[in-house]
Amino acid sequence: MSKLVVIGDGMVGRRFLEAVTQRDPSWEVTVLCEEPRPAYDRVRLSAFFDGVSAEELSLASALPNVEVKLGEPAVSIARTSKVVYSDKGEYPYDKLVFATGSYAFVPPMEGADLEGVFVYRTIDDLEAIKAHSAGKRHGVVIGGGLLGLEAANALKLLGLETQIVEFAPWLMARQLDEAGGGILKQHIEKLGIGVDCGTGGTKIEAVDGRLRMETNREGIAYDTDLIIFAAGVRPRDQLAREAGIEVGERGGIITDLSCATSDPDVYAIGEVAAMEGMCYGLVAPGYSMAEVVADRLAGGEATFPGADMSTKLKLLGVDVAQFGAMDGPLSTTYLDPAHGTYAKLILSDDATTLLGGMLVGDAEAYPLLRASVGGKVPGKLADLLGGGEIEGSLPDGAQVCSCNAVTKGDIMSAIHEDGCADVPALKACTKAGTSCGSCVPMLKQLLKEGGVEVSNAVCEHFTQSRAELFDIVKVTGITTFSELIARYGTGAGCDLCKPTVASILASLSNGHILEGEQASLQDTNDHFLANMQRNGTYSVVPRIPGGEITPDKLIVIGEVAKEFDLYTKITGGQRIDMFGARVEDLPKIWRKLVDAGFESGHAYGKALRTVKSCVGTDWCRYGVQDSVKMAIDLELRYRGLRSPHKLKSAVSGCARECAEARGKDFGIIATEHGWNLYVGGNGGFTPRHADLLLSDVDSETLVRTIDRFLMFYISTADRLQRTSKWVEGLEGGIEYLREVIVDDKLGICGELDALMEKHVENYADEWKGVIDDPEKLERFVSFVNAPEAPDPTIEFEEVRGQKFPAGTTARSHSTPVALGTPVRK
Amino acid sequence: MQSICAFDRIIPGRGVAALLEDGTQVAVFRLHDDSLYAVSNLDPFMDANVMSRGLVGDRGGEPIVTSPLLKQAFSLKTGACLDDEMVALEVFAVEVLDGEVRVGVNSEVKASA
Repeated sequence: MSKLVVIGDGMVGRRFLEAVTQRDPSWEVTVLCEEPRPAYDRVRLSAFFDGVSAEELSLASALPNVEVKLGEPAVSIARTSKVVYSDKGEYPYDKLVFATGSYAFVPPMEGADLEGVFVYRTIDDLEAIKAHSAGKRHGVVIGGGLLGLEAANALKLLGLETQIVEFAPWLMARQLDEAGGGILKQHIEKLGIGVDCGTGGTKIEAVDGRLRMETNREGIAYDTDLIIFAAGVRPRDQLAREAGIEVGERGGIITDLSCATSDPDVYAIGEVAAMEGMCYGLVAPGYSMAEVVADRLAGGEATFPGADMSTKLKLLGVDVAQFGAMDGPLSTTYLDPAHGTYAKLILSDDATTLLGGMLVGDAEAYPLLRASVGGKVPGKLADLLGGGEIEGSLPDGAQVCSCNAVTKGDIMSAIHEDGCADVPALKACTKAGTSCGSCVPMLKQLLKEGGVEVSNAVCEHFTQSRAELFDIVKVTGITTFSELIARYGTGAGCDLCKPTVASILASLSNGHILEGEQASLQDTNDHFLANMQRNGTYSVVPRIPGGEITPDKLIVIGEVAKEFDLYTKITGGQRIDMFGARVEDLPKIWRKLVDAGFESGHAYGKALRTVKSCVGTDWCRYGVQDSVKMAIDLELRYRGLRSPHKLKSAVSGCARECAEARGKDFGIIATEHGWNLYVGGNGGFTPRHADLLLSDVDSETLVRTIDRFLMFYISTADRLQRTSKWVEGLEGGIEYLREVIVDDKLGICGELDALMEKHVENYADEWKGVIDDPEKLERFVSFVNAPEAPDPTIEFEEVRGQKFPAGTTARSHSTPVALGTPVRK
Repeated sequence: MQSICAFDRIIPGRGVAALLEDGTQVAVFRLHDDSLYAVSNLDPFMDANVMSRGLVGDRGGEPIVTSPLLKQAFSLKTGACLDDEMVALEVFAVEVLDGEVRVGVNSEVKASA
């Protein structure tokens, strides 16, 4: 097997590993990584201060034949013997790839090595900044470019008064002209961040436990607690330089368009490469280089396709975008200081071809404009500049996703030939939208253009979506399925619409779910208030709020399980499941449980399941809030709440997160000052960490916000849509959700609160509702004509000291099918 | 024909299981229009006697019952599985006499056919 050594495990290095293992998995790959953690998303680095963990930023995945040596930097290279050395070992190679990236540039300045002076590059840097900022008041960021604004955002998230000092005459001078930089400054100052352009630091001193930075401007100095250098990066070419590989005058390993260096067995990709002398500081060109080298190693002849240096980002809540050329023969601008927007388009001299442009404050037109660079101007200039409605169709060759070099043609063929019908499918199929995500709105538009109609109809009996049916039921006050289908649907219903309507009726508090006609709508499990298992027996799960249970109650569960010969298992939700209950035994089991103070745990329902908790302040040395009490309170508040899908929750008493709250539909993590609320998490098939919705709130605010979150979800989600998909599908995402349920932008919070109040007031135990009602009790029989005769085909066998369903049950008949005659009364 | 229960015992839109004298298990459904259908109670996919606990409705106008286990739909008229043409449920004769639901065992159906 040929040996490949890769130095550096950053975003580009990781992309390269994926590309090379996909094309040719026979390479035996060793990766030497200086950082203590594998590749992570450096583009989203400041999200680290917004509650996103290092794990979530991780890009690492297991790849075949790839061994990553963490915390083991390469220290030298012997090119004649083709070996890379680290402090711990030596790694022979047939091919070597440099993906060492950049380091943060710190200008030569006296005092730049003082304590409290940082750079902004790695997760370790961020952790050091975070540790140092505790209890501090003020921070200075040197640099007003992309990186500087990111760093300023980080300091602001840490609660520091923040000052940006930029040497250039305006912000983001590499992407924006003076007018654009001016509008951006206006936005940033409005956030309370100081901006001082045209100023350079000259010297840093420690004064009375703080820092003082002198500047090149007479009489201006900054007294601060912390200084971050974010004034650019330089290629990490030292190792290559020492190995005698050719480097550029201004740094960077010189490569040709195939990414080969002056040594044909050595390649360089990403920020360390000086391709034909030019270094690229963005991730998209780095990804292109990764693909080129992967192709070359598989025997291909790919060359670098040229770089799209377009950028779009949301900096401190302000949209900023730049695409194509910065300057050209003709330009047209639009400046609206009142709304803080600025747009500039660069055109060919006959004003027909779009060459480039920039947008500040409103970047909605970006995906269309960027994809149109080099082609016809895609609409009326006034609309493009002023944010009007834009209608236009892109040419097939237009690049929709610049990060992954995906054209409109690629997207359209994925829609028409591979049958992609939604954004996730397009992402999986083409990789478009998987890096920076700025082209996702464009993908939606192209789906529409490709004729993909997304139908939300519940089933063949209702053309409405679940959300529309919910509104109809709420507004009309209809309380029966038969009236709803007669007025708004067709036919007799089915196993899709009946449980959906049953759930809607239950969410709106219409009494016991087995009362009247509702009984005929409930899915198997709801109809018997237990979970049907493969052999037709049921499992029974009593509620154990927060996972807290007394020894006496534990004994009752044990006694019931023994009496009815049930298999028992501890569930993932901190309760106990009893399996193998015969349908005719269910009411007897419930009677014993209810008499001992238990109630239904709704394990059978699309409803709240459990609220898990850690042990909290009562016992734990680390806990900062009483997580157990909060979990019990929440579980009792939302018990029995029917929803589009099951709901799970958890409460952790400190940031160690023992209850795994961020994998839940709504998860709560205690802080020193109160609670953080996370929503939209999921384990299961597609794991997703929940998003932070609120921080440091008191218990009352927490509960009110969860009330609204749940009711808004119940009112608007699709059938069987978990909160994770629902949150992802919200136009405007988590910020929109916050506007609706915290800021009450739609004016519906009063109604959501009232719905939840009604639920809490009307809650009643469903098991008790059956055992106290002879008419309902009558349905819990094995056979209508032999109520107490156990189903003779149900058999069990013993495994590990408990009973399990026997291999198969015997079929009683195998006669041919005969036509029956339906009879009318 | 064997009597299994009073007609009123079956709630509209649901089914009941009945144990016939020869040990056969039958699922009897009463639809919302009060029509009755009887099919084998055995879910042929999972080999469990659970069909009586499935949801009824229609698919394109054809009355159906859906298996409560893996949700395959079966025609109540013919017993044919609408999601797998190789599979079908046995169908039984069913009638109401003096307010009592009566189900025919298989041999009687064939004899009368």
